[in-house]
Amino acid sequence: MKFIDEYRDGEAAQKYAQAIANITDQPWTIMEVCGGQTHAIVKFGIDELLPSEITLVHGPGCPVCVTPIELIDKSLEIASLPDVIFCSFGDMLRVPGTYKDLLSVKAKGADIRMVYSPMDALEMAKKYPQKEVVFFAVGFETTAPANAMTVHQAYKQKIENFSVLVSHVLVPPAMKDVLCSPNNQVQGFLAAGHVCTIMGYREYEPLVEEYKIPIVVTGFEPVDILQGIYMCIKQLQEKRYELENQYTRFVHREGNTLAQNLIKEVFQVVPRKWRGMGEIPQSGLNLQDKYAQFDALKRFDINCNYAQEETKCISGLILKGVQKPDQCPLFKNHCTPEHPLGATMVSSEGACAAYYQYRKTT
Amino acid sequence: MNKPDSCPISKEYPQILVAHGGGGKLMHELIEKMFIPTFQNPLLESRHDGAILELGNTKLAFTTDSYVVDPLFFPGGNIGTLAINGTVNDLAMCGARPMYLSTGIILEEGLETNKLRSIIKSMGQAAETAGVKLVTGDTKVVDRGKGDGVFINTTGIGIIEHNLQICPASVRPGDAIILSGDIGRHGVAIMAKREGLSFETTIESDCTSLEKVVLEMLEANIQIHCLRDLTRGGLATSLIEIAEAADVSIQIEENAIPVLEEVQGACEILGLDPIYIANEGRFVCFVPPSQIDQTLQIIDSHMLGGQACVIGTVLETGTGVKMKSCLGVNRIVNMLSGEQLPRIC
Repeated sequence: MKFIDEYRDGEAAQKYAQAIANITDQPWTIMEVCGGQTHAIVKFGIDELLPSEITLVHGPGCPVCVTPIELIDKSLEIASLPDVIFCSFGDMLRVPGTYKDLLSVKAKGADIRMVYSPMDALEMAKKYPQKEVVFFAVGFETTAPANAMTVHQAYKQKIENFSVLVSHVLVPPAMKDVLCSPNNQVQGFLAAGHVCTIMGYREYEPLVEEYKIPIVVTGFEPVDILQGIYMCIKQLQEKRYELENQYTRFVHREGNTLAQNLIKEVFQVVPRKWRGMGEIPQSGLNLQDKYAQFDALKRFDINCNYAQEETKCISGLILKGVQKPDQCPLFKNHCTPEHPLGATMVSSEGACAAYYQYRKTT
Repeated sequence: MNKPDSCPISKEYPQILVAHGGGGKLMHELIEKMFIPTFQNPLLESRHDGAILELGNTKLAFTTDSYVVDPLFFPGGNIGTLAINGTVNDLAMCGARPMYLSTGIILEEGLETNKLRSIIKSMGQAAETAGVKLVTGDTKVVDRGKGDGVFINTTGIGIIEHNLQICPASVRPGDAIILSGDIGRHGVAIMAKREGLSFETTIESDCTSLEKVVLEMLEANIQIHCLRDLTRGGLATSLIEIAEAADVSIQIEENAIPVLEEVQGACEILGLDPIYIANEGRFVCFVPPSQIDQTLQIIDSHMLGGQACVIGTVLETGTGVKMKSCLGVNRIVNMLSGEQLPRIC
């Protein structure tokens, strides 16, 4: 299949792995930012092709993982209200709040629907005018344009029974948070290619300058990731720090300005709490005042202040690249995809879930 | 006096979730912790697609399955064809010649009679093709809103006319694992229809009956060690179940597994792994390596597309399923909790 087979070619991958080994003469730690990249690395075994000097640590770029537990609890409360149809992407349904998840609330009778696009939720609002339709708007800059477009359409079409529970997060502030951490080990980043398809990479240039760290915008297929690692290691070995773009077939510096304008029209930048990482300044999106009528938190009077997290879970350290999933004492013993205890196990794209699913641990 | 219920499932999950029927870990927990301990007997504990009954000198295979698919009609079939082929295939996977079926049909008030007519007609045609007779049945109607149009149960009896023990316990190190064709069509066809996803070409379910190909393999004296159709949970779950039941380790190769380009494209978009997607006309068989060519030839002569292939082997040591990725790196293949859920991005 075009755009797949050539990027999953075993020979090409081996060639890149060899090229990386040839230029590496000291230990380096690189973080891949996006959960999709983590998933590919562990699933295809990309890290096992690398020389032992290179350590890949897994970043905070899984939106499902980092959605704060307080918001999950609120989603459960809203979904349980009578006359509410609660719409969500599939992988949010299994994410546990303090006591339960959306799937178990559904089993108790809540009307919860899995959708493939936020526009499906808006269509549902039109189809069931006597119901309140709520969409769980989760994601990074990648999903923000579609969610923004949906809210914009609801506004234009005056759809009054539609609202969104917003938990949007932004990548650059989280990378900055990783770099500011006192025990930071990350020496180079593979930036998330899909996010940059929308946002371009101008906003990463100040990070490169300020922290003198190489950032390579990287795709998601095995050969993409190996090429991204090669470009990053090459910079490190040559003592350069630059913004480079591996994912040229989709990403250019300016990004998709139409989508960016739509995001700015509908959303404003706000501080946001990340599950496992705590509050990060200017790291989230919320609705602009003009669209506040579509804010589910304002529409429904929800009070639940009981959010609790497992204390021994090290997901915060994993998301910051300080530790790896199999270093957690809870991993596989107490914390599994069926009973996740922290951010990095709750979604299939979380680093712990990927290790659990694909890797034999000792 | 009633004893307090000590079933661990009811403590952990006070309500049944959809995932308890998804063919993954939760469903297996339900079977292992609630059903098997309650009904315990050696036939049930063999965990096969059907039970093998010995009545005098006659060996019978006996199986049952219920069908609750939404949508009722999909490209390549409908709930009626599924209900016949699914049970016929469970009998075929026991190495039996399917003989008789029963059916229990639960209808929802308001179902259009024409729809029912065409489902029943499809059942008739599928039964004729598979050479089975539907000899007894039952019909119930539930109030509107309490069913999904039609639910169908079929139970089947088949006769075993050979002395092979076709079951996980017969799997041996060195066995070749043969896959009968490309995977993932049924699950993707259903999902595309249900969710209104449109692709450039219509993906058709692979729904078909497998008794003829199995019977020909038996007639040709293929020493079949184990057969399994790749329904809920797909190829991955079936292989994990066999590896666990046989207490062996299975090695497969990702690059050897055929997936139709349209199916792969849909999976890439939705973030799904085809090895976990349901099929309704594909199976794996475990045979001695000396009979690979003959087996492939027989399967290809029955299956459209002719893509039967060896995808792996049974190892001398270890447990579980390992898969060599397209990069040549080995990874474990684990069972999922329930059904795969499409990803956000």
